[in-house]
Amino acid sequence: MKLLVIEDDRTAAAYIAKGLTESGYVVDQAFEGRDGLFMASSSGYDALIVDRMLPGMDGLALIAALRAAEVRTPVLILSALGAVDDRVKGLRAGSDDYLVKPFAFAELLARIEALLRRGPPVQTTTKLKVGDLELDLLARAVSRQGRPIELLPREFSLLEFLMRHAGQVVTRTMLLESVWDYHFDPQTNVIDVHISRLRQKVDKGFAHPMLQTVRGAGYRLSVE
Amino acid sequence: MGRFFNTNAFRLAALYFALFAASVLTLFAFFYLSTAGFIETQIEATVGAEIRGLQEQYEQLGVGGLVALVRERSLNERVDNMIYVMTDPFLHEVAGNLSGWPRRTTPVKPGWITFPFEVHTHAGSETHTALGTQLILGGDRLLVARDLHDATAFRQRVLSTIAWAALISLGLGIIGGLLMTRQMLRRVESVANTTRHIIHGDFAQRIPLTGSGDEFDQLGGNLNAMLDQIERLMVGMRQVTDNIAHDLRTPLSRLRSRLEVTLIEKPNTARYAEVLRETIAEADQLLGTFNALLSIAEAEAGSRRDSAAMSDLAEIARNVAELYEPVADDKGLTLAVSVPATLPVRGDRHLLSQAIANLLDNALKYTPSGTVSLSVGRDGDAARVEVTDTGPGIPPDRREVVFDRFVRLEGSRSTPGNGLGLSLVRAVATLHGGAVRLEDNDPGLKAIFTLPATPATQAETVRASDARPAA
Repeated sequence: MKLLVIEDDRTAAAYIAKGLTESGYVVDQAFEGRDGLFMASSSGYDALIVDRMLPGMDGLALIAALRAAEVRTPVLILSALGAVDDRVKGLRAGSDDYLVKPFAFAELLARIEALLRRGPPVQTTTKLKVGDLELDLLARAVSRQGRPIELLPREFSLLEFLMRHAGQVVTRTMLLESVWDYHFDPQTNVIDVHISRLRQKVDKGFAHPMLQTVRGAGYRLSVE
Repeated sequence: MGRFFNTNAFRLAALYFALFAASVLTLFAFFYLSTAGFIETQIEATVGAEIRGLQEQYEQLGVGGLVALVRERSLNERVDNMIYVMTDPFLHEVAGNLSGWPRRTTPVKPGWITFPFEVHTHAGSETHTALGTQLILGGDRLLVARDLHDATAFRQRVLSTIAWAALISLGLGIIGGLLMTRQMLRRVESVANTTRHIIHGDFAQRIPLTGSGDEFDQLGGNLNAMLDQIERLMVGMRQVTDNIAHDLRTPLSRLRSRLEVTLIEKPNTARYAEVLRETIAEADQLLGTFNALLSIAEAEAGSRRDSAAMSDLAEIARNVAELYEPVADDKGLTLAVSVPATLPVRGDRHLLSQAIANLLDNALKYTPSGTVSLSVGRDGDAARVEVTDTGPGIPPDRREVVFDRFVRLEGSRSTPGNGLGLSLVRAVATLHGGAVRLEDNDPGLKAIFTLPATPATQAETVRASDARPAA
């Protein structure tokens, strides 16, 4: 997987590149908007990580230019501008995700993974299956090894998100944003409590726990 | 003085003076024309009446009678300065009080002439001008005229009086204009002086008011009110900066010394990893504080646009309650939720969610056992969110202070938190034109958050329930 990091702060760019390389990605760097646009539109990258405030060309203008040129590479914006308005502007400009600086590296990694696996939306899917766990979107029903599991509506959404990102690390912030549509960090770790409830229902009584906590990062649902 | 001529006040005074001068001059010119003209009209009328009278006499008495009459009238010193001359067709004087037919006559208008003539006085003789009209009767000619000397003298008199009056008025006008300008300049200057002092750092300065309540006083009053507001904001800002400096410096220096001490210890890899993890956790906490501060700043500087969108407070509250329900459950607390089907308000969904979340978070955090309740409802014109708990509560004298940034009460320092939760709640309330206060729940604490509600019309109720986002 080949990534392009467009970030003018060379130290930050080096950290991001190093972290991503350690995680098995091939990483190129651009330190300026125009160079970034040129590289992003010429070489085949799987995802772009773009800072908003760049010399030469603003990050949003860069993304808009890429989208206008029919380049559909997934883009994650990294920005110190974190107000809801800023996010909306970023997503409207054509980016696929928005991460506010400062961020935890685990968060960035999880989001990139999610971006890379997102692919084209599959509308026709009505059933999700991870190992022996099955989720029926139409019937709003969940079962494991054929045994039905009763879930509250929010637990259902939570499990759906985890199953759509099966095998990937999903952070608390990602869950808050996607499942609850909240863009703030509650002081108490409410997500942990919701996950442990869900774990009670999904994993209790089964030999293999599927819902794991990834230390310092978040959670992962996988067949193990 | 050069500065003076460049002022707006001077230009105004000059304009005022020009208008004043123009009206004074027009007024006096009108006065002069009508006065001076009046005397001349009178003379014309007198002369005209006299000559008509003589003509009538001529028609009744014939030439002989007229000559007798003219002679009689010319006997005395010129009565009323009237001049009579009667001649035969060859301009030989037959009767009259002038030495012969005037030689140099000037026509002034049809039928009327002026001519100079000699007047004998005690001092000698002087030339006067007379205005007259003539009549041709058969072959004889009659001239009746009147000395214009008095009229001219009067006209001169009027003219000089008017000239003096105009001069004095204009002089007064200039002085008045200058005084007015100076007065205005002084008021403006006092504003300029005050602002200059303020620019140079003396923020206690205020614009002096005269108490007259005039426009300058109003302007000064408004400027003073603005300065007060700015000063309040500046003081607030300084407090916030001081707080931030203090509350971020403490954890930062802790973080730094932890790293330093670890280096001195010459530890093994496992110890390094442990310290790094602790450091990251601490950095995360710092970032959390930063984010909370930014959220508050965002809400405080919040655009009205965000707070003008329609949201359903009932649904927001339900969602937050649902988010916290497992937390209460885990802690063995009862979370009692009482929320109506819908309650439309104008407000930002994200900010309102966060405010209610902070209130619930606090209640759940500080209540060891018992019940936490969240109720939403209408309270007259206001939408009201009430969060109660059965925890230790807050003493009455501390219930306002806890809204300040970084304020954490004794006994709460052991629990996680940054002392910013309630500050955000207050900022959100203020942004939406609402309020938040704490009361005694006996036992425990009651937080009351109010927002102006929109009237519960059928249409709005429907729209609000339609607008539910698909979560």
